[in-house]
Amino acid sequence: MDLSVHIGSLRLKNPLIAASGCFGYGVEYADLVDLSSLGGVAVKGLFLKEREGHTAPRIVETPAGMVNAIGLQGIGVRRFVEEKLPELRARNVTVIVNVCGTSVDEYAEVSRILSDADGVHAIELNISCPNIKEGGIQFGCSLTGTYDVVSVVRKVTRLPIVPKLTPNVTDVASFARASEDAGADAVSLVNTFLAMVLDVETRRPRISNGMGGLSGPAIRPIAVRMVYECRQVVKIPIIGMGGIADARDALEFMIAGATAVQVGTANFVDPLVWDKILDGMREYMRRHQLSRIADIVGTVNAHAHPSL
Amino acid sequence: MPVDVAAEIVANRALSPDYNVLSLAAPAIAATARPGQFVMVKLGTGHDPLLRRPFSVFEILRSGDGPPAGITLLSKRIGPSTSLIYNARPGQVAACLGPLGRPFTVVDSPTEAWMVAGGVGLAPFATLAEALRARQVKSTLFYGARRGDELFYLDFFRSLGVDLVLTTEDGSVGEAGRIVAPLDRILASRPADAPVMLYACGPEGMLAATARTAAKHFRPCQVSVERIMGCGMGGCYSCVVPMLGDDGRFHHVRSCIAGPVMPAEQIRWD
Repeated sequence: MDLSVHIGSLRLKNPLIAASGCFGYGVEYADLVDLSSLGGVAVKGLFLKEREGHTAPRIVETPAGMVNAIGLQGIGVRRFVEEKLPELRARNVTVIVNVCGTSVDEYAEVSRILSDADGVHAIELNISCPNIKEGGIQFGCSLTGTYDVVSVVRKVTRLPIVPKLTPNVTDVASFARASEDAGADAVSLVNTFLAMVLDVETRRPRISNGMGGLSGPAIRPIAVRMVYECRQVVKIPIIGMGGIADARDALEFMIAGATAVQVGTANFVDPLVWDKILDGMREYMRRHQLSRIADIVGTVNAHAHPSL
Repeated sequence: MPVDVAAEIVANRALSPDYNVLSLAAPAIAATARPGQFVMVKLGTGHDPLLRRPFSVFEILRSGDGPPAGITLLSKRIGPSTSLIYNARPGQVAACLGPLGRPFTVVDSPTEAWMVAGGVGLAPFATLAEALRARQVKSTLFYGARRGDELFYLDFFRSLGVDLVLTTEDGSVGEAGRIVAPLDRILASRPADAPVMLYACGPEGMLAATARTAAKHFRPCQVSVERIMGCGMGGCYSCVVPMLGDDGRFHHVRSCIAGPVMPAEQIRWD
Protein backbone atom coordinates (compact mmCIF):
# COMPACT_ATOMS: atom_id res chain seq x y z
CA MET A 1 0.00 0.00 0.00
CA ASP A 2 1.54 3.28 -1.11
CA LEU A 3 0.70 6.26 1.07
CA SER A 4 3.31 8.54 -0.47
CA VAL A 5 2.44 11.77 -2.26
CA HIS A 6 4.45 14.43 -4.08
CA ILE A 7 4.42 18.18 -3.49
CA GLY A 8 6.44 19.46 -6.41
CA SER A 9 9.86 17.81 -6.14
CA LEU A 10 9.25 16.82 -2.52
CA ARG A 11 8.13 13.29 -1.77
CA LEU A 12 6.14 12.84 1.43
CA LYS A 13 5.98 9.31 2.83
CA ASN A 14 2.32 9.92 3.62
CA PRO A 15 -0.11 12.82 3.19
CA LEU A 16 -0.18 13.88 6.85
CA ILE A 17 1.52 17.14 7.82
CA ALA A 18 1.43 18.76 11.24
CA ALA A 19 -0.02 22.23 10.68
CA SER A 20 2.02 25.31 11.42
CA GLY A 21 1.20 27.03 14.69
CA CYS A 22 -0.24 23.82 16.13
CA PHE A 23 2.89 21.75 16.66
CA GLY A 24 5.46 24.19 18.05
CA TYR A 25 8.80 23.51 16.38
CA GLY A 26 8.04 19.79 16.32
CA VAL A 27 10.62 18.96 18.98
CA GLU A 28 8.01 19.57 21.70
CA TYR A 29 6.24 16.37 20.60
CA ALA A 30 9.32 14.17 20.13
CA ASP A 31 8.73 12.26 23.40
CA LEU A 32 5.23 11.29 22.33
CA VAL A 33 5.27 11.03 18.53
CA ASP A 34 7.78 9.53 16.08
CA LEU A 35 8.23 12.71 14.09
CA SER A 36 9.73 10.84 11.15
CA SER A 37 6.49 8.87 10.78
CA LEU A 38 4.68 12.03 9.63
CA GLY A 39 4.59 13.10 6.01
CA GLY A 40 5.94 16.41 7.22
CA VAL A 41 6.04 18.92 10.05
CA ALA A 42 5.18 22.55 9.31
CA VAL A 43 6.92 24.42 12.10
CA LYS A 44 5.64 27.57 13.74
CA GLY A 45 5.83 30.73 11.64
CA LEU A 46 9.18 32.51 11.65
CA PHE A 47 10.12 36.10 10.98
CA LEU A 48 13.67 37.38 10.67
CA LYS A 49 13.56 38.45 14.33
CA GLU A 50 12.02 37.11 17.51
CA ARG A 51 8.42 38.10 18.28
CA GLU A 52 6.60 38.06 21.60
CA GLY A 53 3.06 37.73 20.24
CA HIS A 54 -0.08 38.86 22.02
CA THR A 55 -0.75 38.76 25.75
CA ALA A 56 -2.93 35.97 27.17
CA PRO A 57 -5.75 35.01 26.89
CA ARG A 58 -4.91 33.90 23.40
CA ILE A 59 -7.55 31.27 22.74
CA VAL A 60 -11.21 30.66 23.45
CA GLU A 61 -13.16 27.53 22.74
CA THR A 62 -16.26 27.69 20.50
CA PRO A 63 -18.75 25.03 19.34
CA ALA A 64 -16.61 22.34 17.65
CA GLY A 65 -13.77 24.80 17.33
CA MET A 66 -11.55 27.41 18.86
CA VAL A 67 -10.58 30.99 18.14
CA ASN A 68 -6.94 31.94 18.56
CA ALA A 69 -4.86 35.07 18.34
CA ILE A 70 -1.36 34.02 19.33
CA GLY A 71 0.24 36.82 17.33
CA LEU A 72 2.98 34.74 15.69
CA GLN A 73 5.21 34.47 18.73
CA GLY A 74 8.45 32.99 17.53
CA ILE A 75 12.19 32.71 18.03
CA GLY A 76 13.22 34.13 14.65
CA VAL A 77 14.71 32.25 11.74
CA ARG A 78 18.36 32.31 12.89
CA ARG A 79 17.65 30.84 16.31
CA PHE A 80 15.45 28.23 14.65
CA VAL A 81 18.28 27.17 12.37
CA GLU A 82 20.73 27.04 15.29
CA GLU A 83 18.57 25.62 18.08
CA LYS A 84 15.80 23.52 16.53
CA LEU A 85 16.82 22.40 13.07
CA PRO A 86 19.71 20.12 14.18
CA GLU A 87 17.36 18.02 16.32
CA LEU A 88 14.75 17.85 13.56
CA ARG A 89 17.48 16.78 11.13
CA ALA A 90 18.71 14.12 13.54
CA ARG A 91 15.18 12.78 13.85
CA ASN A 92 14.77 12.55 10.06
CA VAL A 93 11.84 14.96 10.01
CA THR A 94 10.54 16.32 6.73
CA VAL A 95 10.63 19.98 7.71
CA ILE A 96 8.36 22.58 6.15
CA VAL A 97 9.10 26.02 7.51
CA ASN A 98 6.29 28.55 7.71
CA VAL A 99 7.83 31.86 6.64
CA CYS A 100 6.41 35.21 7.74
CA GLY A 101 7.29 38.74 6.78
CA THR A 102 6.30 42.35 7.25
CA SER A 103 7.68 43.15 3.79
CA VAL A 104 8.45 41.30 0.56
CA ASP A 105 12.14 41.71 1.39
CA GLU A 106 11.70 39.98 4.76
CA TYR A 107 9.99 36.96 3.16
CA ALA A 108 12.91 36.75 0.73
CA GLU A 109 15.57 37.10 3.42
CA VAL A 110 14.01 34.49 5.74
CA SER A 111 13.60 32.12 2.77
CA ARG A 112 17.20 32.66 1.69
CA ILE A 113 18.50 31.84 5.18
CA LEU A 114 16.41 28.66 5.24
CA SER A 115 17.59 27.65 1.78
CA ASP A 116 21.18 27.81 2.98
CA ALA A 117 20.40 25.70 6.05
CA ASP A 118 20.67 21.93 6.01
CA GLY A 119 17.44 20.09 6.72
CA VAL A 120 14.67 22.32 5.38
CA HIS A 121 12.51 20.57 2.79
CA ALA A 122 9.96 23.19 1.80
CA ILE A 123 8.84 26.72 2.52
CA GLU A 124 5.27 27.59 3.38
CA LEU A 125 4.66 31.30 2.87
CA ASN A 126 2.40 32.66 5.57
CA ILE A 127 0.45 35.36 3.77
CA SER A 128 -2.71 34.60 5.69
CA CYS A 129 -2.34 35.10 9.44
CA PRO A 130 -5.40 37.09 10.51
CA ASN A 131 -3.93 38.16 13.84
CA ILE A 132 -1.17 40.67 13.22
CA LYS A 133 -1.51 44.17 11.87
CA GLU A 134 1.60 44.40 9.74
CA GLY A 135 2.50 41.94 7.03
CA GLY A 136 1.04 38.58 6.18
CA ILE A 137 -2.59 39.14 5.48
CA GLN A 138 -1.94 42.39 3.58
CA PHE A 139 -0.22 40.23 0.96
CA GLY A 140 -2.67 37.37 1.20
CA CYS A 141 -5.73 39.56 0.62
CA SER A 142 -4.33 41.18 -2.52
CA LEU A 143 -3.76 39.28 -5.77
CA THR A 144 -0.78 41.47 -6.68
CA GLY A 145 0.61 41.15 -3.13
CA THR A 146 0.36 37.37 -3.33
CA TYR A 147 2.01 37.36 -6.74
CA ASP A 148 4.81 39.67 -5.57
CA VAL A 149 5.72 37.66 -2.46
CA VAL A 150 5.75 34.34 -4.30
CA SER A 151 7.72 35.61 -7.30
CA VAL A 152 10.35 37.34 -5.15
CA VAL A 153 10.84 34.25 -2.96
CA ARG A 154 10.95 32.12 -6.13
CA LYS A 155 14.09 34.00 -7.13
CA VAL A 156 15.97 33.19 -3.91
CA THR A 157 15.24 29.50 -3.36
CA ARG A 158 15.02 26.17 -5.11
CA LEU A 159 13.02 24.69 -2.25
CA PRO A 160 9.37 23.97 -2.96
CA ILE A 161 7.31 27.11 -2.20
CA VAL A 162 3.83 26.70 -0.78
CA PRO A 163 1.86 29.90 -0.13
CA LYS A 164 -0.68 29.38 2.66
CA LEU A 165 -3.92 31.05 1.63
CA THR A 166 -6.52 32.81 3.70
CA PRO A 167 -10.20 31.95 3.42
CA ASN A 168 -11.07 35.55 4.31
CA VAL A 169 -11.41 36.63 0.68
CA THR A 170 -14.25 36.54 -1.83
CA ASP A 171 -12.64 34.08 -4.24
CA VAL A 172 -9.83 31.98 -2.82
CA ALA A 173 -9.30 30.19 -6.15
CA SER A 174 -8.05 33.41 -7.76
CA PHE A 175 -5.33 33.54 -5.08
CA ALA A 176 -4.36 29.97 -5.84
CA ARG A 177 -4.06 30.93 -9.51
CA ALA A 178 -1.97 34.04 -8.69
CA SER A 179 0.33 31.78 -6.66
CA GLU A 180 0.67 29.31 -9.52
CA ASP A 181 1.35 32.10 -12.01
CA ALA A 182 4.11 33.45 -9.74
CA GLY A 183 5.89 30.10 -9.60
CA ALA A 184 4.55 28.40 -6.48
CA ASP A 185 5.01 24.63 -6.32
CA ALA A 186 1.78 24.13 -4.37
CA VAL A 187 -0.71 26.06 -2.26
CA SER A 188 -1.97 25.23 1.23
CA LEU A 189 -5.41 26.22 2.47
CA VAL A 190 -7.18 27.24 4.54
CA ASN A 191 -5.75 29.37 7.31
CA THR A 192 -8.29 30.32 10.00
CA PHE A 193 -11.48 32.29 9.56
CA LEU A 194 -11.46 35.72 11.16
CA ALA A 195 -13.81 35.49 14.11
CA MET A 196 -14.88 37.11 17.37
CA VAL A 197 -16.18 35.84 20.70
CA LEU A 198 -17.67 38.14 23.33
CA ASP A 199 -18.35 37.67 27.02
CA VAL A 200 -21.94 38.89 27.32
CA GLU A 201 -21.58 39.60 31.06
CA THR A 202 -18.64 41.97 30.65
CA ARG A 203 -19.31 42.79 26.96
CA ARG A 204 -15.62 42.32 26.33
CA PRO A 205 -13.87 40.09 23.76
CA ARG A 206 -12.74 36.79 25.23
CA ILE A 207 -9.21 37.04 23.83
CA SER A 208 -6.78 39.89 24.29
CA ASN A 209 -6.48 40.70 20.59
CA GLY A 210 -10.24 41.19 20.26
CA MET A 211 -10.53 39.10 17.12
CA GLY A 212 -8.86 35.85 16.19
CA GLY A 213 -8.92 32.91 13.80
CA LEU A 214 -11.51 30.13 13.98
CA SER A 215 -10.26 26.57 13.48
CA GLY A 216 -11.48 23.08 14.24
CA PRO A 217 -14.24 20.80 12.91
CA ALA A 218 -16.64 23.77 12.71
CA ILE A 219 -14.87 25.13 9.61
CA ARG A 220 -14.30 21.84 7.78
CA PRO A 221 -17.13 21.94 5.20
CA ILE A 222 -16.18 25.47 4.13
CA ALA A 223 -12.53 24.47 3.81
CA VAL A 224 -13.43 21.39 1.74
CA ARG A 225 -15.45 23.60 -0.60
CA MET A 226 -12.52 25.98 -1.00
CA VAL A 227 -10.09 23.16 -1.77
CA TYR A 228 -12.55 21.88 -4.37
CA GLU A 229 -12.81 25.35 -5.96
CA CYS A 230 -9.04 25.72 -6.13
CA ARG A 231 -8.67 22.26 -7.65
CA GLN A 232 -10.78 23.42 -10.61
CA VAL A 233 -8.45 26.30 -11.52
CA VAL A 234 -4.85 25.29 -10.69
CA LYS A 235 -2.66 22.37 -11.72
CA ILE A 236 -0.18 22.60 -8.83
CA PRO A 237 -0.79 20.38 -5.78
CA ILE A 238 -3.02 21.60 -2.96
CA ILE A 239 -2.36 20.94 0.71
CA GLY A 240 -5.78 20.96 2.35
CA MET A 241 -6.61 21.74 5.94
CA GLY A 242 -9.39 22.97 8.17
CA GLY A 243 -10.87 20.90 10.98
CA ILE A 244 -9.47 17.50 10.04
CA ALA A 245 -9.90 15.20 13.05
CA ASP A 246 -9.89 11.68 11.61
CA ALA A 247 -9.18 9.61 8.50
CA ARG A 248 -12.60 10.27 7.01
CA ASP A 249 -12.00 14.02 7.20
CA ALA A 250 -8.54 13.71 5.64
CA LEU A 251 -9.88 11.55 2.82
CA GLU A 252 -12.67 14.05 2.19
CA PHE A 253 -10.09 16.80 1.57
CA MET A 254 -8.07 14.53 -0.71
CA ILE A 255 -11.10 13.54 -2.76
CA ALA A 256 -11.98 17.24 -3.03
CA GLY A 257 -8.55 17.87 -4.53
CA ALA A 258 -5.87 17.97 -1.83
CA THR A 259 -2.70 15.98 -2.48
CA ALA A 260 -1.71 16.23 1.17
CA VAL A 261 -3.43 17.47 4.31
CA GLN A 262 -2.48 19.32 7.46
CA VAL A 263 -3.84 18.61 10.91
CA GLY A 264 -3.79 21.35 13.52
CA THR A 265 -6.46 21.73 16.17
CA ALA A 266 -7.09 17.95 16.35
CA ASN A 267 -3.50 17.52 17.51
CA PHE A 268 -4.36 19.58 20.61
CA VAL A 269 -7.27 17.28 21.36
CA ASP A 270 -5.28 14.11 20.65
CA PRO A 271 -1.51 14.35 20.16
CA LEU A 272 -1.54 10.70 19.05
CA VAL A 273 -4.04 11.38 16.26
CA TRP A 274 -1.45 10.71 13.52
CA ASP A 275 -1.31 6.93 13.69
CA LYS A 276 -5.07 6.77 14.02
CA ILE A 277 -5.56 8.75 10.80
CA LEU A 278 -2.96 6.66 8.95
CA ASP A 279 -4.58 3.43 10.15
CA GLY A 280 -7.94 4.72 8.96
CA MET A 281 -6.48 5.59 5.55
CA ARG A 282 -5.04 2.10 5.17
CA GLU A 283 -8.35 0.56 6.15
CA TYR A 284 -10.09 2.72 3.53
CA MET A 285 -7.56 1.70 0.87
CA ARG A 286 -8.14 -1.97 1.66
CA ARG A 287 -11.90 -1.55 1.53
CA HIS A 288 -11.75 0.32 -1.79
CA GLN A 289 -8.94 -1.85 -3.19
CA LEU A 290 -6.64 1.11 -3.72
CA SER A 291 -2.91 0.56 -4.03
CA ARG A 292 -1.93 4.25 -4.05
CA ILE A 293 -3.53 6.90 -1.87
CA ALA A 294 -2.59 9.50 -4.49
CA ASP A 295 -5.18 7.96 -6.79
CA ILE A 296 -8.07 9.43 -4.79
CA VAL A 297 -6.88 13.04 -5.14
CA GLY A 298 -9.45 15.17 -6.93
CA THR A 299 -11.92 12.37 -7.61
CA VAL A 300 -15.22 13.93 -6.59
CA ASN A 301 -17.99 12.05 -8.30
CA ALA A 302 -19.93 14.99 -9.73
CA HIS A 303 -21.83 12.88 -12.22
CA ALA A 304 -25.29 13.64 -10.87
CA HIS A 305 -24.42 17.19 -9.81
CA PRO A 306 -24.45 19.41 -12.88
CA SER A 307 -23.89 22.55 -10.79
CA LEU A 308 -20.40 21.25 -9.91
CA MET B 1 7.76 11.25 29.83
CA PRO B 2 4.01 11.76 29.34
CA VAL B 3 1.65 9.00 28.26
CA ASP B 4 -1.88 9.23 26.91
CA VAL B 5 -4.25 6.75 28.49
CA ALA B 6 -7.94 5.96 28.21
CA ALA B 7 -8.58 6.15 31.94
CA GLU B 8 -11.68 4.58 33.42
CA ILE B 9 -13.47 6.65 36.00
CA VAL B 10 -13.57 4.54 39.14
CA ALA B 11 -15.29 7.03 41.42
CA ASN B 12 -16.72 10.52 41.41
CA ARG B 13 -17.38 12.17 44.74
CA ALA B 14 -19.23 15.48 44.99
CA LEU B 15 -17.75 17.69 47.71
CA SER B 16 -20.26 20.52 47.24
CA PRO B 17 -22.67 21.74 44.55
CA ASP B 18 -19.59 22.98 42.60
CA TYR B 19 -16.62 20.85 43.63
CA ASN B 20 -15.95 17.18 42.97
CA VAL B 21 -13.11 14.69 43.18
CA LEU B 22 -12.80 12.43 40.14
CA SER B 23 -10.85 9.18 40.50
CA LEU B 24 -9.20 7.80 37.37
CA ALA B 25 -7.54 4.42 36.80
CA ALA B 26 -4.23 5.56 35.34
CA PRO B 27 -1.34 3.55 36.83
CA ALA B 28 1.22 4.69 34.25
CA ILE B 29 0.59 8.34 35.08
CA ALA B 30 0.29 7.73 38.82
CA ALA B 31 3.65 5.95 38.84
CA THR B 32 5.63 8.95 37.62
CA ALA B 33 3.62 12.07 38.54
CA ARG B 34 5.42 14.50 40.82
CA PRO B 35 3.85 17.22 42.99
CA GLY B 36 2.77 20.18 40.87
CA GLN B 37 2.47 18.29 37.60
CA PHE B 38 -0.76 18.20 35.62
CA VAL B 39 -2.78 16.14 33.17
CA MET B 40 -4.85 17.12 30.13
CA VAL B 41 -8.29 15.52 30.37
CA LYS B 42 -11.33 15.16 28.13
CA LEU B 43 -14.45 13.13 28.70
CA GLY B 44 -15.81 11.43 25.61
CA THR B 45 -14.81 11.95 21.99
CA GLY B 46 -17.32 14.56 20.85
CA HIS B 47 -16.44 17.91 19.30
CA ASP B 48 -18.30 20.05 21.84
CA PRO B 49 -16.55 20.73 24.13
CA LEU B 50 -13.57 20.16 21.89
CA LEU B 51 -10.36 20.65 23.85
CA ARG B 52 -8.93 18.87 26.84
CA ARG B 53 -8.67 20.74 30.11
CA PRO B 54 -5.64 20.93 32.40
CA PHE B 55 -5.93 19.60 35.95
CA SER B 56 -3.33 19.32 38.67
CA VAL B 57 -2.82 15.78 39.88
CA PHE B 58 -4.66 15.96 43.21
CA GLU B 59 -4.00 12.57 44.85
CA ILE B 60 -2.16 9.38 43.94
CA LEU B 61 -4.43 6.35 44.46
CA ARG B 62 -3.00 3.16 45.86
CA SER B 63 -4.65 -0.16 46.51
CA GLY B 64 -3.27 -1.17 49.88
CA ASP B 65 0.52 -1.40 49.77
CA GLY B 66 0.47 -2.00 46.02
CA PRO B 67 1.87 0.23 43.32
CA PRO B 68 0.08 3.45 42.31
CA ALA B 69 -3.20 2.59 40.60
CA GLY B 70 -4.61 5.94 39.65
CA ILE B 71 -4.98 9.62 40.28
CA THR B 72 -7.70 11.96 41.43
CA LEU B 73 -8.57 15.40 40.14
CA LEU B 74 -10.09 18.22 42.19
CA SER B 75 -12.49 20.06 39.89
CA LYS B 76 -14.65 23.14 40.28
CA ARG B 77 -17.63 23.44 37.98
CA ILE B 78 -17.23 26.65 35.96
CA GLY B 79 -18.14 25.69 32.37
CA PRO B 80 -19.22 22.91 30.02
CA SER B 81 -16.14 20.69 30.49
CA THR B 82 -16.10 20.92 34.27
CA SER B 83 -19.87 20.32 34.29
CA LEU B 84 -19.31 17.07 32.41
CA ILE B 85 -16.61 16.17 34.91
CA TYR B 86 -18.88 17.02 37.85
CA ASN B 87 -21.58 14.73 36.44
CA ALA B 88 -19.27 11.93 35.25
CA ARG B 89 -20.20 8.39 36.25
CA PRO B 90 -17.98 5.44 37.14
CA GLY B 91 -17.31 3.30 34.08
CA GLN B 92 -17.00 6.27 31.75
CA VAL B 93 -13.61 6.76 30.11
CA ALA B 94 -11.56 9.94 30.08
CA ALA B 95 -8.66 10.68 27.75
CA CYS B 96 -5.86 11.58 30.14
CA LEU B 97 -2.44 12.82 29.00
CA GLY B 98 0.33 13.25 31.50
CA PRO B 99 2.14 13.78 33.71
CA LEU B 100 3.01 17.15 32.19
CA GLY B 101 4.93 20.25 33.18
CA ARG B 102 7.54 21.23 35.73
CA PRO B 103 6.85 20.09 39.28
CA PHE B 104 7.46 21.89 42.56
CA THR B 105 10.98 21.84 43.91
CA VAL B 106 10.52 20.15 47.29
CA VAL B 107 12.59 21.74 50.06
CA ASP B 108 14.47 19.96 52.83
CA SER B 109 14.42 20.59 56.54
CA PRO B 110 15.15 22.94 58.28
CA THR B 111 13.50 25.10 55.61
CA GLU B 112 9.78 25.27 56.33
CA ALA B 113 7.18 24.90 53.58
CA TRP B 114 4.24 27.28 53.56
CA MET B 115 1.60 26.34 51.02
CA VAL B 116 -0.85 29.08 49.98
CA ALA B 117 -4.07 27.83 48.35
CA GLY B 118 -7.11 29.68 47.06
CA GLY B 119 -10.24 27.71 46.17
CA VAL B 120 -9.59 24.93 43.66
CA GLY B 121 -5.92 25.96 43.90
CA LEU B 122 -5.74 23.43 46.73
CA ALA B 123 -5.24 20.74 44.08
CA PRO B 124 -1.44 20.47 43.82
CA PHE B 125 -0.87 20.59 47.59
CA ALA B 126 -2.09 17.14 48.62
CA THR B 127 0.81 15.41 46.87
CA LEU B 128 3.22 18.18 47.85
CA ALA B 129 2.23 17.79 51.52
CA GLU B 130 2.95 14.07 51.30
CA ALA B 131 6.36 14.71 49.73
CA LEU B 132 7.15 17.27 52.44
CA ARG B 133 6.04 14.85 55.13
CA ALA B 134 8.33 12.16 53.70
CA ARG B 135 11.21 14.61 54.11
CA GLN B 136 10.02 15.63 57.59
CA VAL B 137 9.67 19.25 56.53
CA LYS B 138 7.56 21.39 58.87
CA SER B 139 4.62 22.50 56.75
CA THR B 140 1.76 24.99 56.97
CA LEU B 141 -1.23 25.33 54.65
CA PHE B 142 -2.71 28.80 54.24
CA TYR B 143 -6.05 28.04 52.65
CA GLY B 144 -8.73 30.54 51.62
CA ALA B 145 -12.19 29.96 50.17
CA ARG B 146 -15.45 31.80 49.67
CA ARG B 147 -17.24 29.95 52.45
CA GLY B 148 -16.47 27.38 55.12
CA ASP B 149 -18.26 24.64 53.20
CA GLU B 150 -15.75 25.12 50.39
CA LEU B 151 -12.75 24.27 52.55
CA PHE B 152 -11.97 20.64 51.76
CA TYR B 153 -9.63 17.89 52.93
CA LEU B 154 -8.71 19.67 56.16
CA ASP B 155 -8.44 16.36 58.04
CA PHE B 156 -6.21 14.96 55.30
CA PHE B 157 -3.72 17.78 55.77
CA ARG B 158 -3.98 17.60 59.57
CA SER B 159 -3.22 13.87 59.39
CA LEU B 160 0.03 14.71 57.60
CA GLY B 161 0.97 17.07 60.43
CA VAL B 162 0.34 20.19 58.38
CA ASP B 163 -0.60 23.30 60.38
CA LEU B 164 -3.66 25.05 58.97
CA VAL B 165 -4.37 28.76 58.63
CA LEU B 166 -7.84 29.26 57.18
CA THR B 167 -9.74 32.23 55.81
CA THR B 168 -13.19 32.58 54.27
CA GLU B 169 -14.59 35.59 52.47
CA ASP B 170 -17.81 35.40 54.50
CA GLY B 171 -16.00 34.70 57.78
CA SER B 172 -17.89 31.44 58.34
CA VAL B 173 -14.69 29.53 59.14
CA GLY B 174 -11.30 30.92 60.15
CA GLU B 175 -10.40 34.52 59.66
CA ALA B 176 -12.68 36.69 57.51
CA GLY B 177 -11.07 37.99 54.34
CA ARG B 178 -8.37 36.88 51.96
CA ILE B 179 -5.61 34.40 52.72
CA VAL B 180 -2.78 36.81 51.94
CA ALA B 181 -3.61 38.88 55.07
CA PRO B 182 -2.55 36.23 57.61
CA LEU B 183 0.30 35.17 55.33
CA ASP B 184 1.69 38.71 55.42
CA ARG B 185 1.22 38.99 59.17
CA ILE B 186 2.83 35.65 60.03
CA LEU B 187 5.72 36.22 57.61
CA ALA B 188 6.35 39.58 59.31
CA SER B 189 6.68 37.87 62.68
CA ARG B 190 9.10 35.25 61.36
CA PRO B 191 12.82 35.74 62.08
CA ALA B 192 14.67 36.60 58.87
CA ASP B 193 17.22 33.82 59.46
CA ALA B 194 14.55 31.09 59.66
CA PRO B 195 14.19 29.85 56.07
CA VAL B 196 10.75 29.46 54.48
CA MET B 197 9.75 28.37 50.99
CA LEU B 198 6.36 29.58 49.80
CA TYR B 199 4.27 27.54 47.39
CA ALA B 200 1.14 29.15 45.92
CA CYS B 201 -1.74 28.09 43.71
CA GLY B 202 -5.05 29.84 43.17
CA PRO B 203 -6.73 32.71 41.35
CA GLU B 204 -4.48 35.15 39.50
CA GLY B 205 -5.12 38.00 41.94
CA MET B 206 -4.20 35.79 44.89
CA LEU B 207 -1.00 34.63 43.16
CA ALA B 208 0.01 38.21 42.40
CA ALA B 209 -0.68 39.26 46.01
CA THR B 210 1.26 36.26 47.31
CA ALA B 211 4.17 37.09 45.01
CA ARG B 212 4.19 40.70 46.28
CA THR B 213 4.02 39.53 49.88
CA ALA B 214 6.86 37.05 49.35
CA ALA B 215 9.00 39.76 47.75
CA LYS B 216 8.22 42.19 50.56
CA HIS B 217 9.55 39.69 53.10
CA PHE B 218 12.43 38.50 50.89
CA ARG B 219 11.08 34.94 50.72
CA PRO B 220 11.32 32.67 47.68
CA CYS B 221 8.00 31.60 46.24
CA GLN B 222 7.05 28.94 43.72
CA VAL B 223 3.69 29.58 42.06
CA SER B 224 1.62 27.15 40.05
CA VAL B 225 0.05 29.38 37.41
CA GLU B 226 -3.18 28.66 35.60
CA ARG B 227 -3.70 29.88 32.05
CA ILE B 228 -6.19 28.92 29.36
CA MET B 229 -4.36 26.04 27.79
CA GLY B 230 -4.89 24.44 24.39
CA CYS B 231 -2.62 21.42 24.29
CA GLY B 232 -0.41 21.11 27.39
CA MET B 233 2.54 20.09 25.21
CA GLY B 234 4.02 23.39 24.03
CA GLY B 235 2.35 23.15 20.64
CA CYS B 236 -0.15 25.99 20.64
CA TYR B 237 1.46 28.88 22.56
CA SER B 238 -1.84 29.74 24.28
CA CYS B 239 -0.80 29.61 27.93
CA VAL B 240 2.01 32.16 27.99
CA VAL B 241 3.22 34.07 31.05
CA PRO B 242 5.53 37.11 30.89
CA MET B 243 8.71 35.91 32.54
CA LEU B 244 12.06 37.56 33.16
CA GLY B 245 14.73 36.16 30.85
CA ASP B 246 18.50 35.97 31.14
CA ASP B 247 18.68 39.16 29.08
CA GLY B 248 16.88 41.11 31.83
CA ARG B 249 13.71 41.49 29.78
CA PHE B 250 10.32 39.85 30.00
CA HIS B 251 9.39 37.23 27.43
CA HIS B 252 6.27 35.17 26.87
CA VAL B 253 7.00 31.63 28.00
CA ARG B 254 4.66 28.67 27.74
CA SER B 255 3.40 27.80 31.21
CA CYS B 256 2.65 24.22 30.11
CA ILE B 257 6.33 23.37 29.63
CA ALA B 258 8.20 26.16 31.45
CA GLY B 259 5.62 25.75 34.26
CA PRO B 260 3.05 25.35 35.62
CA VAL B 261 5.35 25.81 38.61
CA MET B 262 7.38 28.98 38.14
CA PRO B 263 9.47 31.27 40.35
CA ALA B 264 7.12 34.10 41.39
CA GLU B 265 9.87 36.71 41.39
CA GLN B 266 10.49 36.20 37.66
CA ILE B 267 6.87 36.70 36.59
CA ARG B 268 5.42 40.05 35.63
CA TRP B 269 2.00 40.30 37.27
CA ASP B 270 -0.20 42.46 35.01
